[in-house]
Amino acid sequence: MTTVLLALLFTLVAVAGTVVVWADKPGRQAVVLSVFGLALTVLFVVLQAPDVALSQLAVGTAVVPLMVLLTTRKVRRLRGERR
Amino acid sequence: MSRTARMIVFGVGAAGVGVSLLLAFLRLPAFGATVHPYRDLSVPAAIQHSTANVISSINFDQRALDTLGEEIILMGSVLGAATLLRTARGESETAPPDEGRVLPATRLLGYLLLPVTLLIGFDVVLHGHLTPGGGFQGGVVLATGLHLAYLTGRYQVLRRLRPLSWYTYGEALGAGAFAVLGVVGLVASSAFLANFLPFGRFEQPLSAGAVPLLNFAVGCEVASGVVVLLAAFLKQALVVEGGSR
Repeated sequence: MTTVLLALLFTLVAVAGTVVVWADKPGRQAVVLSVFGLALTVLFVVLQAPDVALSQLAVGTAVVPLMVLLTTRKVRRLRGERR
Repeated sequence: MSRTARMIVFGVGAAGVGVSLLLAFLRLPAFGATVHPYRDLSVPAAIQHSTANVISSINFDQRALDTLGEEIILMGSVLGAATLLRTARGESETAPPDEGRVLPATRLLGYLLLPVTLLIGFDVVLHGHLTPGGGFQGGVVLATGLHLAYLTGRYQVLRRLRPLSWYTYGEALGAGAFAVLGVVGLVASSAFLANFLPFGRFEQPLSAGAVPLLNFAVGCEVASGVVVLLAAFLKQALVVEGGSR
């Protein structure tokens, strides 16, 4: 049971990671990154590492995507001003 | 450097990394094996110091110096990011935009979850020596929880909720308290960051010696640091206008 679950989660993490790399726009990438972080969180819980899972959840799915989104917003505003 | 030369340099580097990784993987212990030399040493050491969460014992007791290093790295990163994102010459601050269009459901959820998240954050910090979590995790939860106020669509509410200067002091105080606790360990006990307090009874709120204190210091530092960091990003994205490029 655990082996099947682990195989599933590893696959999910690999797929989500690839999608993050292939996402073309940074704004979209931030959202996919957050989903990728969530997949990693579940993987860490199943691997019995709740401390790491908590860190991953807080930093990887909340803080980092938020920073990326705010940065793209700033860049978009700068472009708008120049036009 | 021409494109071909760059590709050759990259190829050599990638091959080197690949071969080293392969050699390292071949000698790794099998996945899920029962032999863990590090576990056999660290778990008894944690129990000896009445620390129910072994991870906390490793982070704040057995390898507390590493955590001090990590904390200083975090502080340096926040300082660097805040310096880079400050309002530069040629930039000016405007009035923040009015609240955007926010779904009522989002706003309700934001208001409801704000106190709940803060409570969870404090819980994770204060029980770090007993259950999964600790100063770092709880600190990030506290900082992100605070930003639910922004999710409700009001930058002004968020601004009033976090007088930014308090958090800059909080960050310095947290990091300083960690180092001071380390020096106290040196004076009162055997070594820098040694666990100098009585260990108490296993699984009780007051146990694990200095671990809860160090957790609290880290929680203070991380929560404040992340708030300062996100504040710098929010200010640049919402109120700073202009700029040379």
